[in-house]
Amino acid sequence: MMTDAAMSARERILGALRSNRPVGAHPLPELPHFPLDDGGDRTGYFLAALKSMGGKVFDGRPDEVLGARFPDAKQIASTVPEVAGNRDLTAVAHPRDLADIDVAVTRARFAIAETGTVALPDAVLGVNAVAYLAQHLVVLVDPAEILLTVQDAYRRPEMAAHAYLAFHTGPSATADIEGVLIHGAQGVRSLTVVLASR
Amino acid sequence: MSLSPDQPSGRRHGLHDLPHPDLQGADGQSARHEDGSRLVHAEASSRPLGSAQPATPAEPQPRGATEHGHHPIDHDEAARRFIAATEHEKMHDERLWDLRQKRDRQMHAIPEWEELRELASAIKLHALANLPEYLEQFETRAKANGIEVHWAETGAQHNEIVHGLLADHGAKSLIKSKSMLTEETGLRHYLQGKGIEIIETDLGERIQQLDDEAPSHIVVPATHKLRSDVAHLFAEKLGTDPDNRDANYLAEQQRQKTRPLILNADAGMTGANFAVAETGSFVVCTNEGNADLSANVPPLHIASIGVEKVIPRMADLGVFIRLLSRSALGSPITQYTSHFRGPRQGGRMHIVLVDNGRSARLGMEPFWTSLKCIRCGACMNTCPVYRRSGGLSYGATYSGPIGLILNPTFDRRKYSALPFASTLNGSCTNVCPVKINIHEQIFAWRKELAEEDEMAGGKRAMMKAAGALLSHPAMYRAAIRTTDSALRVLPHFVAGEFAGVWTKEGRDLPDAPPETFHSWYQRTHGRTGAE
Ligand code: SF4
Repeated sequence: MMTDAAMSARERILGALRSNRPVGAHPLPELPHFPLDDGGDRTGYFLAALKSMGGKVFDGRPDEVLGARFPDAKQIASTVPEVAGNRDLTAVAHPRDLADIDVAVTRARFAIAETGTVALPDAVLGVNAVAYLAQHLVVLVDPAEILLTVQDAYRRPEMAAHAYLAFHTGPSATADIEGVLIHGAQGVRSLTVVLASR
Repeated sequence: MSLSPDQPSGRRHGLHDLPHPDLQGADGQSARHEDGSRLVHAEASSRPLGSAQPATPAEPQPRGATEHGHHPIDHDEAARRFIAATEHEKMHDERLWDLRQKRDRQMHAIPEWEELRELASAIKLHALANLPEYLEQFETRAKANGIEVHWAETGAQHNEIVHGLLADHGAKSLIKSKSMLTEETGLRHYLQGKGIEIIETDLGERIQQLDDEAPSHIVVPATHKLRSDVAHLFAEKLGTDPDNRDANYLAEQQRQKTRPLILNADAGMTGANFAVAETGSFVVCTNEGNADLSANVPPLHIASIGVEKVIPRMADLGVFIRLLSRSALGSPITQYTSHFRGPRQGGRMHIVLVDNGRSARLGMEPFWTSLKCIRCGACMNTCPVYRRSGGLSYGATYSGPIGLILNPTFDRRKYSALPFASTLNGSCTNVCPVKINIHEQIFAWRKELAEEDEMAGGKRAMMKAAGALLSHPAMYRAAIRTTDSALRVLPHFVAGEFAGVWTKEGRDLPDAPPETFHSWYQRTHGRTGAE
């Protein structure tokens, strides 16, 4: 439902942009594909990049990692079959109801070696907010699904297929006070990746 | 396998490490790697910083420029006060120079860096030359995805639209992530006047909101504040321990106090770093995840997006995202890069596309290419004047080199002196990821503003603007004309940075401006009695 005033604002803005259009040819460049030398160990590169961004990496079966790393966790929300949670994300009336989650567990749709990033679309989160309201986030990554570069990621069909898709690279962080780095600014205090094939 | 070298190591690439070696402090507070080494991602400083002996009582924070309606902002006066607050000035200088160095380390780790900058610039030029078509495409796709799209010609219109949406949804409280656009439009004050509770969720922006100050930097909004300032502020506004200056304590207190406000907010707001015409989606980059909370917790998400943010293709983000955080913070990517293409299940999503002077700027030769700006802040971090004077001394929404170009497009008289707050050393142009010829545009503003009749009375203020930082005219002229010879004679506040920036390495060697300010001033004003 658009008012007349709003319609005309649109027309006036587009009209001004048209009449002020810069002269000259400004062709859209082709995008070359830039390689990245991962030294033949893409998984190792990914994990090292992730750690330098504040992420944690643990070996082992996901449920065992969870138990070892978060022995005191009471409220666990899981969207993966490898880990049994005790909270049903399909029955959440309001995202705020997830504020007491200690650990959320999910699986990345893909990962990026260049930056140590995991890609989390809405479909793997169940409720988007759980990835930020939980105190800690655990993400399973299939080594076969690690892409090399950020550029590769933006060529994936998933990027245009979800209402919401977030790249997470380490935990929530801030250094707004004198450059002191602090994890858990507003979102999760830690991000843990567990390698686990599908 | 070589990851980018993150740790500082002496005079890497010819750049000096420490303008203020005395700030190197022992610091056990910053987050660490499991092997015990210091983590330097996000906007972290790459070495512990801090006064060895902070003053007691703490040095009070210098406040920004005073505003008198449309009268020219006196940057010089505010800059002098900032410089006089030595603890603040040194930390600010050091902290931002450190970000600049982190950026350089990232750049050197990417062989195609210059090619990426060329691509980013070309994509933006193309998008700007075809904005109406790309905006229409963006709108069509966004609507098809279930997003409602609104258009605002002015900041005031934008604020009214946002308020209307909040009223429609019965929303009384709004959580928002940092957005320079909403700073431009004055949304916070407008909505407060309408009785809406508005809460900034970025830590730096929250600090600034609690202190009723504008952000002093477009990426790190509270970077002009010392931890003692934050401790003092939080004690007053949040009831924390005034004697506890531990950054972890302060950040945790803020997290605890803000969380209930986030959980109970009726609406959330974000800006956007990029809008993709091809898919009708937009991208928000943060380190705190606060934009994702703002967007994903309340039932209503409003995104304010400047019309210049549109890029053609999803694949173009493969260029911009690789450049943005590396240029801004020297971190390979922000902790969160979030792609919104439609409302979540059960939620509502609105976009307000805002002009607020952008379409007019598109018609301004030579300033229209400033619309390429992706708001990374690299030009600010490298600028000797910005680092020494603090962002609030510009008395404007945008500070630093890009601010010198943008602010006069909003108010020519009020910001007439700002283009003179520059050494024209060209360092800004060299670091800009989208290759805006920043220092040449600053120079062009000087000419344009000085040639205007209305400027006759403002000349003195303009000259003064360069004064605090460049109080030795002969040396200033030498600095502009030459490189190496100036280094030996410039006072520390100029030489300190130039010693770093003006290295023998071609990339960092600034291009000489087409004509220096001094020679131009002599040529055009020399006979009229200018000093
Ligand atoms: S002008 Fe360039 S360097 Fe400055 S903020 Fe904009 S994009 Fe960054």
